[in-house]
Amino acid sequence: MTQNSILRTIAKFLLPIILLYAFYVQFHGDYSPGGGFQAGVIFSSAFLLYALVFGLDAAAKVMPDWVLSTVACLGVLLYAGTGIAGMVFGGEFLNYSTLASEPVAGQHLGIILIELGVGLTVASVMLIIFFTFARRIRTQ
Amino acid sequence: MISLVIDIVLLLFLVVMAFAILRMHHLLAVAMLFGLYSLLVAGVFTVLDAPDVAFTEAAVGTGISTVLMLATLAATRSTHERRRKGVAWMPLCICIATGALLIYGIHNMPNLGDPTAPQHTEVAKRFIESGQAETGVPNLVTAVLASYRGFDTLGEVTVVFTAGIGVMLLLVRREKPRIRGEQHDAK
Repeated sequence: MTQNSILRTIAKFLLPIILLYAFYVQFHGDYSPGGGFQAGVIFSSAFLLYALVFGLDAAAKVMPDWVLSTVACLGVLLYAGTGIAGMVFGGEFLNYSTLASEPVAGQHLGIILIELGVGLTVASVMLIIFFTFARRIRTQ
Repeated sequence: MISLVIDIVLLLFLVVMAFAILRMHHLLAVAMLFGLYSLLVAGVFTVLDAPDVAFTEAAVGTGISTVLMLATLAATRSTHERRRKGVAWMPLCICIATGALLIYGIHNMPNLGDPTAPQHTEVAKRFIESGQAETGVPNLVTAVLASYRGFDTLGEVTVVFTAGIGVMLLLVRREKPRIRGEQHDAK
């Protein structure tokens, strides 16, 4: 935890912007550059900044470990589940055309869902890796 | 003309950065320079009209991996690379041979952006022609990654997930398993 008030103020100012940008990249990925992977990394970088400035404990309070590991699993499950849902509705695995009444709408829905899955997993795994690495520093 | 200048400046800085990393022995500085290197590569990708890749390179290469590198340095408490005496001939030969092979491979490749190149006439052509009509997504990169190549991306997400599990299994400190009765002895 740093006592530098300039750093703390700037970090507080930047955090909501970074998070908002991550959501923009996530949900606007169909229309502009970006997608789940980039959004996940940007989202996790906001928490990285928080942890670097306000300390590991404060960051772990916002994002406990069990939340991270649950969300990481949920992301992969959401992705694979969307694929299986395509099978259930009569298509092939990961063919989203059957998810909605029209093939194009189904494709769009499927892409949004799997991008969300990618974003969830990437964001939480990046944070898991960072937290695990950073805790090694303290315990030594 | 301007794009040529930008290309040359970016590539020149990449080479300068590579030599700076080679000459540097302070690992903190090397980690920061690697971040800068990634940023330059992201710039090159932007010039090449690949904003999605540039985005990933800037976020992962410059952001996350630099922070992870710094965290690792802080955890190992070793700040300087061990200096080696003399030249390591074997690795040098392997590097030069690999580089020569790669440059030899380049000269058979079609020119950058050549519309008659095989990779642009077969699959990519079909994606560009019918991608938006089939998926309803204007960003073709997303359409290809998420829909046409959905299975690959599922694999990638699984790789990221597995990396997370691996780090947790290897590095998360848990209490040592106790044999029953040991606790009483300790007291």
